[in-house]
Amino acid sequence: MQPRTFAGALAVAVFSVSMAPVQAQTQAPTDPQIAHIAYTAGAIDVAAARQALSKSAEPEIRAFAETMARDHAAVNDQALALAKRLGITPEENPTSEALERQASETAARLAELNGAAFDKAYIANEIAFHQAVNSALSEMLIPNARNPELKSLLETGLKLFRAHEQHAEQIGQDRD
Amino acid sequence: MDWNRRAFFFAAPFSFSGANLARAKPKAHFLRISAMAFEPPPAGLRVGDEIEWINSDGFRHTATARNGDFDLDLMPGRRGRTVLHRPGAIDFYCRYHPSMRGRLDVRG
Repeated sequence: MQPRTFAGALAVAVFSVSMAPVQAQTQAPTDPQIAHIAYTAGAIDVAAARQALSKSAEPEIRAFAETMARDHAAVNDQALALAKRLGITPEENPTSEALERQASETAARLAELNGAAFDKAYIANEIAFHQAVNSALSEMLIPNARNPELKSLLETGLKLFRAHEQHAEQIGQDRD
Repeated sequence: MDWNRRAFFFAAPFSFSGANLARAKPKAHFLRISAMAFEPPPAGLRVGDEIEWINSDGFRHTATARNGDFDLDLMPGRRGRTVLHRPGAIDFYCRYHPSMRGRLDVRG
């Protein structure tokens, strides 16, 4: 499968497979569900970054992966601290489960690749993943968040992830 | 002539040289980073002035000049200083988040 097709397929998959269950299951996700989805998305990208750091020798790819690991860990630390302060217990839900399942499949697929093929697939996946998460944040998670502090943290996350998406797109263009 | 007017009369001849001295003295400026953005750069920057970069964001950032004049790596909550050594436009960005950008306009 070509990386472009794969990236597009993932973006569609995250929406159609992952986001649809929440919309089907309830009218709107609750704050504990939203917190769990956002945390899961961050943890998935930290794991993807660790995989890249273990496989890639390219300085540009490694620097990007280090930024992803650091930024997503920072957001998740802030999310955990906020949840604790607000007394919110993140609640597992079909969307976060589907995200994890999707991420496991992606990690297995990327594990089979090496060198330039891995780098290209990793960046293509980062673009698709951030596009999907950013759409979910702006269209589903932020509008449905009830607690203003949770909403504010999600908005901060969206600014950060949009910067990640642009960065990944720039790396992808440079390597085309 | 009251004392205020006399004071003005004597002070006036020195006011221009005083202004020149004040202008030549380097100034300190602040430039804050928050919410994934550099705030608008300060106006009136001159060679010799100092910029103190303040990372008020929850994420690590850099203040990196494209011409190589400075490259500060700032952990969340930290600050760092750079001195402006030459006139002209200096484009800067964050190495970790290249979509974060700005430009300093430095006069001689």
